[in-house]
Amino acid sequence: MSLHKAVKKLYLGLILFFLYAPILVLMVFSFNASRSRGNWEGFTLDWYRVLFNDPQIARALRNTLFVGVSSTVIATTIGTLAAVGIDKLKRGSKTIVMGISRIPVMMPDIVTGLSLMVLYLFIIRTLGVGRMGMGTLLLSHVMFNVPYVILSVTPKLRQLDANLYEAALDLGATPLRAFVQVILPEIWPGVVTGAMLAFTLSIDDFMVSFFTTGAGVQNLSILIFSMARRGVQPQINALSTLMFLAILAMLFLIHWRDKRSEKRLKERMGL
Amino acid sequence: MMKKILLTALTAVVLLLSACGSDQVTLQVFNWGEFNHPDIGRMFEEEYGIAVIIQHYATNQEMYARLVHQGGDFDVLFPSDYMIERLILENRLAPLNWDNIPNIFYLHPYFETLPFDPQRTYHVPYKWGMFGIIYNTTMVHDPVYSWSILWNDDYAGQIYMYDAARCTLGVALKLLGYSHNTRDITELHAARDLLLEQRNRGLVRAFQGDLIRDSMIAGGAALATIYSGCAWWMMGENTDLNFAIPVEGTQFFVDAMVIPATSTRQAEAEKFINFMMRPDIALLNAEWIGYSTTNRAVLDMLPDYWRNSQVYWPTDEVFARGDMFRDLGDFRQEYYDAFMMVLVGG
Amino acid sequence: MKKLFAYPYIVWMAIFIAAPLLLVFYYSVTATDALGNTYFTLANFRRFFSPFSPDMVQPFHERIFVVVALRSLRLALQSTLICFVLGYPVAYIMTRKEYSEKSVLLFMLLAPMWMNFLLRTYAWLTILERNGLINNLLGRLGLPMFDILYTDAAVLLGMVYNFLPFMILPIYTSLKKQDPKLVEAAQDLGAGQLGVFLRVVFPLSIPGVVSGITMVFMPAAATFIIPHLLGGRQYFLLGSLVEMQFLNIGDWHFGSAVAVIMMMMMVVSMVVLSFFDKGGENHGRGTVI
Repeated sequence: MSLHKAVKKLYLGLILFFLYAPILVLMVFSFNASRSRGNWEGFTLDWYRVLFNDPQIARALRNTLFVGVSSTVIATTIGTLAAVGIDKLKRGSKTIVMGISRIPVMMPDIVTGLSLMVLYLFIIRTLGVGRMGMGTLLLSHVMFNVPYVILSVTPKLRQLDANLYEAALDLGATPLRAFVQVILPEIWPGVVTGAMLAFTLSIDDFMVSFFTTGAGVQNLSILIFSMARRGVQPQINALSTLMFLAILAMLFLIHWRDKRSEKRLKERMGL
Repeated sequence: MMKKILLTALTAVVLLLSACGSDQVTLQVFNWGEFNHPDIGRMFEEEYGIAVIIQHYATNQEMYARLVHQGGDFDVLFPSDYMIERLILENRLAPLNWDNIPNIFYLHPYFETLPFDPQRTYHVPYKWGMFGIIYNTTMVHDPVYSWSILWNDDYAGQIYMYDAARCTLGVALKLLGYSHNTRDITELHAARDLLLEQRNRGLVRAFQGDLIRDSMIAGGAALATIYSGCAWWMMGENTDLNFAIPVEGTQFFVDAMVIPATSTRQAEAEKFINFMMRPDIALLNAEWIGYSTTNRAVLDMLPDYWRNSQVYWPTDEVFARGDMFRDLGDFRQEYYDAFMMVLVGG
Repeated sequence: MKKLFAYPYIVWMAIFIAAPLLLVFYYSVTATDALGNTYFTLANFRRFFSPFSPDMVQPFHERIFVVVALRSLRLALQSTLICFVLGYPVAYIMTRKEYSEKSVLLFMLLAPMWMNFLLRTYAWLTILERNGLINNLLGRLGLPMFDILYTDAAVLLGMVYNFLPFMILPIYTSLKKQDPKLVEAAQDLGAGQLGVFLRVVFPLSIPGVVSGITMVFMPAAATFIIPHLLGGRQYFLLGSLVEMQFLNIGDWHFGSAVAVIMMMMMVVSMVVLSFFDKGGENHGRGTVI
């Protein structure tokens, strides 16, 4: 039996090693004194200094965060309202709408990206105004995020007691107030999941951004791609090391808080 | 009803597109990846109070697609000779106002008259180089003077070919004794078949772009086709590397700064071009990128071993082996197709 | 009243989901002549399935774009299979008693996805290079070189590396949902460990497996970054073809035709898979996080 356990442990260890090996390499090479990936020329912290003085990276990081946050907020709003609306549709039209909503989730990124590019350029050419840029980038991120929000919120709506809302209305609440005070708290966990998903996808996206951005607007993944073809500069490794550690710390914190509140809950319930 | 909503939504989309497209006066510069010193943008901004955003591309074709197919709002581009020729033919460039570019005074006489824009109406040369073979002297024991070494089975699996249609087809065309600007389909197909044969014999390790640099520095392959400027930088990183320009002839290129006709900030763009030609700035760039300069003042300021290097500044005899790519007009597609066939294999 | 929320969304959907796809379809069945007139044609699709140039006589499976499509399918299938073989045991072990309380494991599996995908793939170059980390190590141990970079093994490795979590997580979710009483019941009825697994645990996890397959197969068939970086462009796939048409050559019509063919492949694979997944809880990437 213990052999059995050891095998399991070894297997998990190997898989985790496989998943983390490139990340470790990146981190180590962020301390490499050489500008080339080919040589190890000793330890340095120079790239971290360079990183903080690189306006291009700073701008790309700003763009990434801006698009990430705004597309999350917009997509979460649209997606939540849409989910509520879809929930009330008749069965037939509901199936159709949900089916179409699922398309962007299943579609390869490259097709999403190029089809949006074609749309934007079509509109721009037909009307003769506008340009691809931050606007189109943001719209595209909202576009591919909305379905994920809808898919996270819908199951919560299904669990919702339909009478709650009616009861609130009967008690004299306005529809808006009924929505905010009665429905929203009930579906909140779904909304949060959707928002987190949206933010993660937006930060990590390359393909859609690559196709739908315009002059002067570069996010981190586009910048990295343009570098990847020329040899990634070590300050990018430095940046990703920092970002990875930040996210790791954040997630551990959330995890640890969850654990604690879980424990407290159990204590309070006398378990 | 539905139509109205759709129309309103469409207008909203367009408004959002245009609102975010262009607001403050910022120069949009589109250059080859890493081919300017990273501080250039900030230095220009500090001096002239004009913000600069520098974006990068990897191939002339990508630049063209971003500019033309996607209607990119750029102010300064750095295309190569044959691409400039095409842009001129398609009326996509703005003639330069030389009053704003006094530093053209520093242009090296080599680049006064270039075939793609003989009157020098639209361009200011930025860098130049020649295509050749970089090789690792610890792995290659034959003399390297001909493209034919890339078909030598002793180096099977140890050769990087360049990931660009015209460069790589150009190598095969030159080896066959044809022009690399040929519009003869049988010549082109002969070159294609030569490359296919090279691939099928297992000679090619990979078709790569600039990733070749790191790999060659690390001793990842014996031979690679690459531009002299890259080679010069790589030789500084690994002294086992050497560079040769084959006797059959090769591509000589000039990348130049141009302003697209769509630019609405031409005066500022000319200021930027003038700034890039100023000797101190040009020196900063030249030392950073490793490609040969077009600035005679910079050439005088560079260390002797740069100026005397056959790689950085070839002798007239070697220089004469190069000639420029020309725009191919409608025949362009044939080159793409031929190269795609090589990439797909079979 | 609340139903009204649905209408703006339907408009949104029409603009951002339906319209782009219709436009791509429109481009795929049209062409532009020298004078700039657009006309209807099926030439783009015909070109995909034809010999490369009119003078060539080639059997169907040797025609250049068919080669690309078959190669994409083969690599996507292989990587999906490897992901399944590697991933299922991980998901299974994670739901066993000794690990099921450790949500940190799940978290560790997810964390690498927050590192930029391009950089992670790029790091493999450093590892696999002829003078890279693995070969340095092997060299010191006096072992022969392990040179898989720029072969289809490297492309497969890149795909498996990037998509493995997308296989593990849906399977994990569906295993986790299973009622342990079912297993106990089966054991009470005298089934052995293998029997329980084959007759109870595995069949119940099929929706997760199906979801995992869709999430690995399509991205693998469509990627152009992985073959580009790790395959040395000698493993030209459908994604590379699309990228090249749109961002290099500028032939939107043919590029759109290739995109339409990719979408048809997607639809076909989803239809096939839906036979296995009666529950219909296919949420795509949504199940992951």
